[in-house]
Amino acid sequence: MDRLAATPGPWALFRAFSSVGLSGFGGVLPFARRMLVDDRRWLTEDAFNETFALCQSLPGPNIVTMSTVIGSRFAGVRGALAAVFGLMSGPVATILVLGALYGRFGAQGRLPEAILGLGAAASGLVVAVAAKMASPLIKRRPMSATPFMILAFIGVGLMRWPLVWVLAAIAPVSIAVAWKFKR
Amino acid sequence: MEVQAVKAAGDILGVLAARFFGLSLMAFGGANAVIPELHRDVVDVHHWMSDREFAALFAIAQAAPGPNVMIVTLVGWKVAGLAGALVATIAMCAPACVLAVLAAKIWDRYRQAPFRAALAAGLAPVTVGLIGASAYLLIRTADANVRLALVTLGAAGVAFFTKLNPLWCLAAAAALGFVGVLR
Repeated sequence: MDRLAATPGPWALFRAFSSVGLSGFGGVLPFARRMLVDDRRWLTEDAFNETFALCQSLPGPNIVTMSTVIGSRFAGVRGALAAVFGLMSGPVATILVLGALYGRFGAQGRLPEAILGLGAAASGLVVAVAAKMASPLIKRRPMSATPFMILAFIGVGLMRWPLVWVLAAIAPVSIAVAWKFKR
Repeated sequence: MEVQAVKAAGDILGVLAARFFGLSLMAFGGANAVIPELHRDVVDVHHWMSDREFAALFAIAQAAPGPNVMIVTLVGWKVAGLAGALVATIAMCAPACVLAVLAAKIWDRYRQAPFRAALAAGLAPVTVGLIGASAYLLIRTADANVRLALVTLGAAGVAFFTKLNPLWCLAAAAALGFVGVLR
């Protein structure tokens, strides 16, 4: 076990997470890992992985929920609030400025075409995220995972059924199958 | 007249809060997993923006630093200004954060329980399917012609096969649009 630094308070959490929020272009996770595990040494690598795995299997924006889980472990409710406000305030302020700029100038000159190009590439990035997550699952669990992946895609993507019904229909069966294949 | 306007603004904030509160607890895989649901709400049901505006907001959110949930902030801003941005962001994050903090406490107690692994393994394929559905919807809204589709394909390939910072893909695509070759 590596030596861990002293337990941080709310103010330290706020400052540390605010440094992470704005550094993360195209995903905050690697920056959060470096800050928590390598730089501040508040968590071991294993504890970080375990916390992230938990947040990944729960709903909500993973990195945001993870910041509150870590904040609350170190400093209770105040720590959770400090961490999440630290993480979010910079990005929210930035996106509001960008949104205002888009509202003001987005229709002028060549900008609409630049934004079309941006949108096409942004969609491609989401395709890559889905493919990166899908390929190990398809390889390791072709029978127990792939069908549910395809069903969720068809229900929400092709049929455009409401998410709540798709989740209610697929998730329990998928969890039951995973449970059965475990032993 | 003014009273009515204030009441209407309050109604919109209420709708935003209620919808994102629900989405927060269904967003397995984060904000990127609920893009189809979000699109249906703001474009098809409420007509708050066009397909093209939705694609533009998503593109801006991807190009901005911070967590994926920034698309929610931007949609809230577009629909109801600063108050909308804050209400949407808080409603999208708060329920999931409270759930995660509570779940983490229970989780720690049942460290070795096999249902933990089954739950995570069962939800993983559903998450991937949802993100795939989001990718499909984004492609349909963003790729209005063959050149834009090629940009999507290129960005997906680069992001899948290389470790290049995704910001380069976004910048290159925006530049291609700006010089007018994506028409």
